[in-house]
Amino acid sequence: MAFEGLRKAGRRVSRPDLTFAVMDHNVPTGDRALPVLDDMSGKQMDALARNSAEFGITCFDYLSPFQGIVHIIGPELGLTLPGTTIVCGDSHTATHGAFGALALGIGTSEGEHVFATQALWLRKPKQMDIRLSGRLPNGVTAKDVILWIIRRIGTGGAIGHVVEYTGDTVEQLSIEERMTLTNMAIEAGARTAIISPDEKTFNYLRNALYAPQGDEWDAAVQYWRSLRTDSNAQYDTSLHFDVNNLAPQVTWGTNPAMTVSVTENVPSPEDFADASDKAAVMRALKYMGLQPGMKVTDIRIDVVFIGSCTNARLSDLIDVARVVKGRRVTPSVRTMIVPGSQLVKRRAEQLGLHRIFIEAGFEWRNSGCSMCIAMNEDKLGNGERCASTSNRNFENRQGPGGRTHLVSPLMAAAAAVEGRFVDVRELDLLNVEELELKGGFNA
Amino acid sequence: MPEPVREVVGKAAPLEADDVDTDQIIPAQFLKVIERDGLGRYLFYRWRYDEQGKPVQGFVLDREEFRGAGILVVGRNFGIGSSRENAVWALMDAGIKCVIATSFGDIFYNNASKNGLLCVKLSGESVKHLREKAKSGTLSLTVSLDDQVVNYLDGKIPFEIETHIKERLRSGLDDIAMTLSMYKSKIKHYEEKMPTFLMPKARRSPLE
Ligand code: SF4
Repeated sequence: MAFEGLRKAGRRVSRPDLTFAVMDHNVPTGDRALPVLDDMSGKQMDALARNSAEFGITCFDYLSPFQGIVHIIGPELGLTLPGTTIVCGDSHTATHGAFGALALGIGTSEGEHVFATQALWLRKPKQMDIRLSGRLPNGVTAKDVILWIIRRIGTGGAIGHVVEYTGDTVEQLSIEERMTLTNMAIEAGARTAIISPDEKTFNYLRNALYAPQGDEWDAAVQYWRSLRTDSNAQYDTSLHFDVNNLAPQVTWGTNPAMTVSVTENVPSPEDFADASDKAAVMRALKYMGLQPGMKVTDIRIDVVFIGSCTNARLSDLIDVARVVKGRRVTPSVRTMIVPGSQLVKRRAEQLGLHRIFIEAGFEWRNSGCSMCIAMNEDKLGNGERCASTSNRNFENRQGPGGRTHLVSPLMAAAAAVEGRFVDVRELDLLNVEELELKGGFNA
Repeated sequence: MPEPVREVVGKAAPLEADDVDTDQIIPAQFLKVIERDGLGRYLFYRWRYDEQGKPVQGFVLDREEFRGAGILVVGRNFGIGSSRENAVWALMDAGIKCVIATSFGDIFYNNASKNGLLCVKLSGESVKHLREKAKSGTLSLTVSLDDQVVNYLDGKIPFEIETHIKERLRSGLDDIAMTLSMYKSKIKHYEEKMPTFLMPKARRSPLE
């Protein structure tokens, strides 16, 4: 649509060298040698390819070896750099903030405006510090942290704010884990999220396809080191959470704030005093087909989806392998792994991860948004219940009538093996060395 | 770029509905459509077509006497809900140039002004009065933005409009043109001082 607007007004994309197109939302994740079945998606993909060619933009199309979910390939190709401003027509653009970039999701008209002017009108947002301290227990991940934060502050808790994650926990986290935190800040209503770049950030980008090289790399790193948050930085809102005793989290309802620990029970309407809260809980329980007060570990599942821009990077796949290596998924459960990018897929295959998954009974697919948004053929059936590593559990999000429980890759993998939710801390988790990956892996 | 709007002349069609959200104006299923032209086909889709996609008889814009109507007289809170700009595009593609209502959804109202769709706010009484008159299928209105007045055969109704919305409509400048006319050199200056090491450069051919 934005291209159409440009064309009508006789305008060009002002900086095609700084503009990239990616096919992700509706691409099929099956065999790429086969034609695209969904007519509307096929047309949309063709249009993007044509528009990219017409306006001189590099397009990572369906068949590109670098195709993937935009928020995963941006960083892994080195297009996402600290100190840059990034916009994309998708709300989870906040993900790129993990690199110290200001990354904003925008709408169609704004997209057209950026194409034509390389600028954007923005009201200055408020700033929120979310300081995390403590060490995550084994089996507890960044996904559990962000679900827990959203549970605590609500889906509107960060409205109007840019969230900055700070504190020793964030420093300990890997870049990919940090991306999970920034990715889901949107689910707390934040405009975007950001994390101060550090040596880990630079190492992640070093040698990426588009990252600066040689002298330019050195100049870049020198500049990036100057971007650290001031120790006396002021915020409009400051929150502090300790993660030392955090348990794995599972969403039970129809928004990401409807979350409990795996050790807890699903809430009952009676737990809430407010009439509208009661009604919301009742409605969510009905949609989700759950009994009030039942144990989370009694929830049986039909489908496991490992994928999305929240949790489909290499380290997420390694987490899955730590649970499923040498085990089998429950035969009645449909399980699929959709790597976040074709590069993630190739790297996983080089390490031999795909064998672990296939032997365990998982489907190993090509990359795309897939069942995160169900715009391609990967969908839940009516009433099907899914343990999903994605970011939204809204009604019908993963297919009409589908029921979504958001969890970490570790928890999703454990659910695949057991056929119901289990506390992954009670399983024997392999460590990375025990996976005996070819060539080794360094997080 | 939208045409400058100073005056809208056209036949008025009455739509007796309050709280029309953008999902009614154009359902989400049509958001995958890749061009703005032709969106008018999906305007008020759920009211005009049944579940099987067969036309429902009698929707106001499909009736003979309202063919070619360029002005829609509705109720209150028109265009609430999702921010989809497609709602404005669909109305304009169907030939609507002006919507008269008691109130509008914020984002819709703003989107409309960016696209050259004139939204006029009148009192509940005036809206009702015009809607009744329009039912005959013969009410012709001249909505003057310059004078801020709705003229018809036996009367005239003045209206208020925000200055910046009025100016945006009258100039026909869209946001892009406005940004470029005001800030082009600043943008250029910024781009010139952007360090080259932040510019993406593919090291190898992306196909290697
Ligand atoms: S994976 Fe899901 S959330 Fe992420 S960009 Fe795709 S559809 Fe959006």
